[in-house]
Amino acid sequence: MALQSLDIVRRSATTIPAPAARGAHSGEVAKLIDVTKCIGCKACQVACMEWNDLRDEVGTCSGSYDNPADLSDQTWTLMRFSEHETPKGDLEWLIRKDGCMHCADPGCLKACPAPGAIVQYANGIVDFQEEHCIGCGYCITGCPFNIPRISKQDKKAYKCTLCSDRVGVGLEPACVKTCPTGAIVFGSKDDMKQHAAERIEDLKSRGFDNAGLYDPQGVGGTHVMYVLHHADQAGLYAGLPQQPHISAMVGLWKGLTKPLALLAILATALGGFLHYIGVGPNEVSEEDEAAARRELEKTP
Amino acid sequence: MSAVKRGEILRYPTATRINHWIVAISFVLLALSGLAMFHPALFWLSDLFGGGALNRAIHPWIGVVMAVAFLLLAAKVARDNAMQDRDWAWVRRSREVVANHEENVPEAGRYNGGQKLIFWLMALCLILLLLSGLVIWRAWFSAYFPIGILRLGSLFHAFFAFVLICAAIIHVYAGIWVKGSVRAMTRGTVSYGWAWKHHRAWFRELTRGTPRK
Repeated sequence: MALQSLDIVRRSATTIPAPAARGAHSGEVAKLIDVTKCIGCKACQVACMEWNDLRDEVGTCSGSYDNPADLSDQTWTLMRFSEHETPKGDLEWLIRKDGCMHCADPGCLKACPAPGAIVQYANGIVDFQEEHCIGCGYCITGCPFNIPRISKQDKKAYKCTLCSDRVGVGLEPACVKTCPTGAIVFGSKDDMKQHAAERIEDLKSRGFDNAGLYDPQGVGGTHVMYVLHHADQAGLYAGLPQQPHISAMVGLWKGLTKPLALLAILATALGGFLHYIGVGPNEVSEEDEAAARRELEKTP
Repeated sequence: MSAVKRGEILRYPTATRINHWIVAISFVLLALSGLAMFHPALFWLSDLFGGGALNRAIHPWIGVVMAVAFLLLAAKVARDNAMQDRDWAWVRRSREVVANHEENVPEAGRYNGGQKLIFWLMALCLILLLLSGLVIWRAWFSAYFPIGILRLGSLFHAFFAFVLICAAIIHVYAGIWVKGSVRAMTRGTVSYGWAWKHHRAWFRELTRGTPRK
């Protein structure tokens, strides 16, 4: 199913190349979320539910506008509301649309042990192929943004697909289509960066000196980017990491360790084999049996 | 239960042997299902367990079986595995053993220095595998741990599994190399000559009836 798109640039737990004849020659795609234009209406959440036919359980109030309280297998995008008091004493209501960032270097894909359960298309979208998912949760361990969630129902991992089904036929993601303020836009990554640059210039002229683009290079850049009023303090936006990267522990676990450990295991077995061929078995001789009997006779 | 014939010594009673094989079989199953999730080139091993998802679901339960069985086995043999001076001397001269010149090393008790070190290494791996395994057991416990602990747990689990697999290969090979050892775990007995050659101090303790230390 997924492979037939013929534009797979990365495929989890796969050592041979995936079908990749078709490229993204008009450029990689990106979704730009302008946090400074967001009014927190949650239309994007609703559009996501509608297009993807998802219905989360009705939860309880957690004391903030966040509803549901967290991402889940049924909630692939979520508005997170943070209150921020500026040094001047103004209150800012920072609303960030949380969801998969579609990293250029995806930690989930690196950690995934199931061949083909996570793929990255040439256009940059990172997509879970749940038919191959084994439900181990390693994607959660690998993700620098705490995004994937395992369904309690079917034990598969789910997250935002960036509407790969819509993008594949030339449509923009559902959240983009519905956003009433134009805070979410979609296009080629280059275009989105240019659009962001204009927005940032505008914000700076209005006194947001630290306005900037969030396209973290620690994960190779992302295909979901933010315009932030306080790009120097990403953590203000419900704990968005300032400099996300794949954890060194995940890198070690999924990097050199794998081939080296396998090689060492084979070497240990080979060492035993060669020892047997070279030195030979350690056998009990007739003399040993005789010596044992003599020892026995000596004892009362 | 096992009839000990003339010229033979009972090394492992039936209960210990069954216990050992529960540990051994669950270890093999764990190694196969674990390696399937460790390296893409070995993912096909998950087919032995009914596919990737079942492989993932079954692995930790076998782990629980192994942990419990190993604990019972360790309770039986831990005392005999306490390192003594003669064991360290044995380890220092283990080169001679590997070259099949066992006569040049100090006498060994019920277990030699090498066996004892392997035992403690395996025990350490087992404990750390159990702890890290519980942390990364997504279905039950992972939600209770912060992400940093999960990542460390994943790394530890893979690393100590690797150490345990290497230790087990050495353990199995030693059984194949030192003839007459496998019988101790299949039928429970060894010959007088075997005990004399490989575990002379133990042989003397048994024949003279002196209390074991």
